[in-house]
Amino acid sequence: MIEVTIAVNGIEQRHQVEDRTLLVEFLRDQCGLTGTNIGCDTTQCGCCTVHVDGRAIKSCTLFAAQVDGAEVVTIEGLGQPENLHPMQAAFRRHHALQCGYCTSGMIMQGVDIVRRGRAVDEATIRHELEGNFCRCTGYQGIVEAIAEVARTAPESCKASGDAA
Amino acid sequence: MSVPDFAYRRPATLAEALDLLRSDPEARALAGGQTLIPALKQRMTRPSILVDLQSIPEMRGIEVDADRVSIGAMTPHAVTATDPRIRAAIPALAAMAARVSHPQVRNLGTMGGSIANNDPAADYPAAVLGLGAEIETTRRRIAADDFFLGLFTTALEPGELVLRIHFPRPDNCGYVKFANPASGYVTTGAFVARGPAGVRVAINGAGPVVFRFTDAEARLAGDFTPAALDGLSLPAAGLNSDIHASAAYRARLAAVGTRRALAIALAQPPEQIKESA
Ligand SMILES: Cc1cc2nc3c(=O)[nH]c(=O)nc-3n(C[C@H](O)[C@H](O)[C@H](O)COP(=O)(O)OP(=O)(O)OC[C@H]3O[C@@H](n4cnc5c(N)ncnc54)[C@H](O)[C@@H]3O)c2cc1C
Ligand code: FES
Ligand code: FES
Repeated sequence: MIEVTIAVNGIEQRHQVEDRTLLVEFLRDQCGLTGTNIGCDTTQCGCCTVHVDGRAIKSCTLFAAQVDGAEVVTIEGLGQPENLHPMQAAFRRHHALQCGYCTSGMIMQGVDIVRRGRAVDEATIRHELEGNFCRCTGYQGIVEAIAEVARTAPESCKASGDAA
Repeated sequence: MSVPDFAYRRPATLAEALDLLRSDPEARALAGGQTLIPALKQRMTRPSILVDLQSIPEMRGIEVDADRVSIGAMTPHAVTATDPRIRAAIPALAAMAARVSHPQVRNLGTMGGSIANNDPAADYPAAVLGLGAEIETTRRRIAADDFFLGLFTTALEPGELVLRIHFPRPDNCGYVKFANPASGYVTTGAFVARGPAGVRVAINGAGPVVFRFTDAEARLAGDFTPAALDGLSLPAAGLNSDIHASAAYRARLAAVGTRRALAIALAQPPEQIKESA
């Protein structure tokens, strides 16, 4: 067992876990944050995408112990039902989800794409979504939602450590 | 829990990391985990201790001078892809890094982990061999020509770690990758470089291990133009054959890839450091 302390959505989470605990397991089982999904568990689908120190990673392919001391943001930290993050609102407006299973990962990746200034055109956005699979929507609404946030609210995608 | 249990350690110094690796034959280094964690999930390996290298200063950072680019083993692909100094000095290396896997993997996966793993379908071995880089380890410096020995096999001895990769700055360089459309890994790739060590051409993905395409090198040594490659072909004997591509097809891709990589090398020369007045 190992003690792991991670600031998840701004709240310090300190838990005793097995060394082999994946970050996604820490988030879901220890923190009770089930918005982050496990789809493939093989680094393919992107359902488990969260931000560690401002960078999008796949939480099924990272041990919680590796991010001991880091800051993690999950879908729950992005916005609340009564106060959606612009990316969440854009996904709703553009019908960018159907079953919703991929959605938290898509939104976290979308925010990361805009943050890095990579939402420059449709082809680039699609390329940047290479690690996120959606089996329902055909991606069109997802791409449109990300492009819209890049146009209208790019500052909403800045991470805490970014220059103003 | 999908992974067999192990003890996690994050040493703050290189000496501590080496002690941990020496303490147990089943101890393994952990870099970005983007190959190792999937392998653990498949029970392909069962280490007793995972020694996380993320805090070791000797493996971090990028240094660029007039002759060389030195990249710490723990540098993630995303940094290699975007660092303005690497993009200026070795554009083909930055462009290669930008196409390794997808963004989330690029934020974690490292150059040291990739070359230590030496997957025949990995990208970096082509750049390391094609540019004639030198691999600095905890014990010695190894020339790229002596580093990649075979399928998933390198010159690294048990407990020996890659610290940095030193690339000589090329006059020209280009890389072309024919990627497997599903996995993104290399079906066949070609890296062409001209620099202090002459012309070098490295082919990855095609054989069990990256290798130099000596016929192409000989032709380009005297005449660094596409015309020099007219009629170039690579013998298919010994190349990989699988459901994705036959050996003959890979041989063909190697020749076509070399030509296209040369075109990139000619069209996008690296920035050279100007003599100060
Ligand atoms: C979905 C997916 C797609 C991918 N696509 C590609 C692709 O298109 N092209 C490509 O090239 N790669 C691809 N990769 C692999 C990726 O680039 C890995 O990041 C890389 O191969 C391993 O680097 P790592 O830092 O993650 O190493 P780890 O997984 O941490 O380690 C890999 C191995 O190297 C050893 N090791 C690590 N660091 C050192 C060191 N400094 N010294 C000695 N030994 C060390 C470890 O003990 C382990 O045996 C892909 C991976 C995934 C998950
Ligand atoms: S669950 Fe992590 S990539 Fe699919
Ligand atoms: S909305 Fe169902 S997988 Fe994307």
